[in-house]
Amino acid sequence: MAIAERTAGTVSIPDLKMRPGWAGWLSTTDHKRIGIMYLVSAFVFFLIGGIEALLMRIQLGVPDNTFLTPDVYNQMFTMHGTTMIFLGLMPLNVGLGNYMVPLMIGARDMAFPRLNALSIWLFIFGGLMLYVSFFVGGAPNVGWFAYAPLTQKQFAPTAGVDYWIIGIGLTGVASIAGALNFIVTILNMRAPGMTLNRMPLFVWMQLVVAFILIFAFPVLTVATIQLLFDRHFGTRFFLPNLGGDAVLWQHLFWFFGHPEVYILILPTMGIISEVLPTFSRKPIFGYAFVAYSGVAIGFLGFLVWAHHMFAVGLGPLANAFFGAASFLIAIPTGVKIFNWLATMWQGSLNLTTAMHYAIGFISMFIIGGISGITLASPPINVQQTDSYYVVAHMHYVLFGGAIQGIFAGIFYWFPKMTGRMLDERLGKWQFWLMLISFNLTFFPMHLSGNAGMPRRIYTYEAEMGWNLWNLISTIGSLLLAVAFLLFLWNVVTSIRRGPVAPADPWDGATLEWAVSSPPPVYNFAVTPRVRSRRPLWDQKYPHLHEINGGHGTSGAHGESERRDGFEHETSPAIEPIHLPSPTYAPLIVSVGIMILGFGIIYLGDFGLIAASAMLVGLLTMAFGILSWVRISHVDSPHHAH
Amino acid sequence: MSELTTRTHGAVAHHTSLGVDNRKLGVWAFIGSETLFFATLITTYFVFAPVNRARPDFQDPREFLDIELTTVLASILLASSLTMVLALSASRRGDRRSFTTWLLATVGLGLAFIGGQVYEFNHLYHEGLTLSSSLFGTTFFVLTGFHGTHVAIGVIWLLSVFFKVRAYPDSPENVMDVEIAGLYWHFVDLVWVAIFVLVYLI
Repeated sequence: MAIAERTAGTVSIPDLKMRPGWAGWLSTTDHKRIGIMYLVSAFVFFLIGGIEALLMRIQLGVPDNTFLTPDVYNQMFTMHGTTMIFLGLMPLNVGLGNYMVPLMIGARDMAFPRLNALSIWLFIFGGLMLYVSFFVGGAPNVGWFAYAPLTQKQFAPTAGVDYWIIGIGLTGVASIAGALNFIVTILNMRAPGMTLNRMPLFVWMQLVVAFILIFAFPVLTVATIQLLFDRHFGTRFFLPNLGGDAVLWQHLFWFFGHPEVYILILPTMGIISEVLPTFSRKPIFGYAFVAYSGVAIGFLGFLVWAHHMFAVGLGPLANAFFGAASFLIAIPTGVKIFNWLATMWQGSLNLTTAMHYAIGFISMFIIGGISGITLASPPINVQQTDSYYVVAHMHYVLFGGAIQGIFAGIFYWFPKMTGRMLDERLGKWQFWLMLISFNLTFFPMHLSGNAGMPRRIYTYEAEMGWNLWNLISTIGSLLLAVAFLLFLWNVVTSIRRGPVAPADPWDGATLEWAVSSPPPVYNFAVTPRVRSRRPLWDQKYPHLHEINGGHGTSGAHGESERRDGFEHETSPAIEPIHLPSPTYAPLIVSVGIMILGFGIIYLGDFGLIAASAMLVGLLTMAFGILSWVRISHVDSPHHAH
Repeated sequence: MSELTTRTHGAVAHHTSLGVDNRKLGVWAFIGSETLFFATLITTYFVFAPVNRARPDFQDPREFLDIELTTVLASILLASSLTMVLALSASRRGDRRSFTTWLLATVGLGLAFIGGQVYEFNHLYHEGLTLSSSLFGTTFFVLTGFHGTHVAIGVIWLLSVFFKVRAYPDSPENVMDVEIAGLYWHFVDLVWVAIFVLVYLI
């Protein structure tokens, strides 16, 4: 698609003002660069989380093992969970979203590009802060859900829990800011003609997730603040012997924690809803059902949190309500699955690697969904809770589901982001290796779980009857590591010498395929006008659009012009493209927040030094904010410069 | 209006799909998020109120809380919302002197509120109410303390807007900047009304 060339004569390509090299990345406000930064850093954290898992699997491979001490093992499962969820899967979703959402809606960037940069830096610093804990006395060792009162100072004396609180705090602020950005971008910056009902489903899911996020995260923020105060300032929110309530922590955490799992899965469901139609050469079946079932899941997701607490003793009324609501949420999920299957039915399937992963997603997610159904029943749950059955369930939905969805998205959009094609043959071999090793790793956990193996134990005795399942899981996990290395190999070699990617390698229907691979910095030379859910197919196959009852793209519609295949509003002249300037301000503010965070961690124990650190942090923030205000004025579209 | 036209300088911002300014939509979403933040703190307060009553270290809110002082504080904050509206109105009219007066009045009232809170906290501390003295102390100070922090952040926000408008008086973004700072300020005031009613009065 040669938009840039054909209109180069009439559009003034903006002075890019991009700094070269590292400076360019540190000062970027471009959603595409930020998206790549999210994807790369998330993948690094994901590999670290994987190493933590491997260490655990080595320890559990044989009974009575002494590879890891109990406390180190506890740090491993805590950091593995926290890393995979907050530093792995969430930013992978955000990275793909950041890159693709503006392109898919025909926009030039996110609504708040500088805030976008703040989000990526805060995420990186928050993740780094969490890992500093290993070097200053020990990582948190209380589980990723940090149940009270184990998290109190007398039981968790190192600073690990404090680093967990502040690390999650920083990434939480980054997430909320990012969600605000997505909400305003998606609601307010769609190309003319792109009503909500014509948006790509990936964009729909990002919108739903953004709303879930801004309502779920504050509850976690309050809970962690209360925990911090308990640990250092003498409060007693979660101290049972002083009247506090350990179960209150669970309620607050899971009120956040359950919507969180929908935050993790819904964007990947959006990816599947993009990949399947493209490689079935059919529109998605039941677009409205898929979109609104996502909304329903988002809403219902707030009503089921206590299904994580069936064994706490909340009473039959509470258990019945939450059990019923949890069963109910299977319905919109099932709706999606049936619509995906109907999309493929009688489609002309193009079994690319991305399509392999999409089909892999559906199958593995169904298995994870079924184990979720048994867990949703309170009487069955009290047997299965806190056993490896739950570990099996969550990994089937999060790895078999979400991660395969991410891989589908990566194989789908890698050409767009890098201008190179990934190796399809290697991709398919790696897909099968990953699928088989994933099942080897996690399927036996259904069996060991139902045979009574509890979670979060660092070893087990040989007579328990769990040996075979654990051995198979460990072998599977080692093979999984090989699969990931294969993927890395594919990425590195493809970036270097993969085939050059055209703008539209998959004959796609959505707007991101209308621009070059990679896109120009300004995305679209002229904002396209959208007339259906498949703007690019309309342009490439106008006869199909007319057959399906569309208005047709030829013929006059008032005074709209045809330019580069899309309808555009007539304008008296082509305006210069306005892009946000690069700036270090978000980076500086993030550094300030990080320093402030260090101060807060040590405030209770090293009062004066910590308070000084807080002051330095605040001053750095102030300097960064001043710089931010100045650059936003310089950048203002009405500013004469 | 075509999204490509930037001919109309002044109060009208660029075209958006919903017709609402991006920053205004963003602040409303942020306020939605903050609502959950305070709802959680308030819920925690109410979860522990009966537990506090049943404990040997029970501290009765009615004995500690001075309704006269806090009614004055509530009026101060409500008045500050009024001055904020007047500041916005002046900003829209382009009346710089009135804008300065009303915005600084809002800041002053906000600072007075914070001063009053500090005074109240100090008084309560000397009466024996601390973060660790009882469940009431725990929940009360964290709830009202974080509200006060939000007021302080609001004061800093308002002052930043003030100085920005002073530095760039002709920027057409000023009116929206004032408006969204005002939205946040009104929200913080509304949270205080909720806290005042639920904690002090009931």
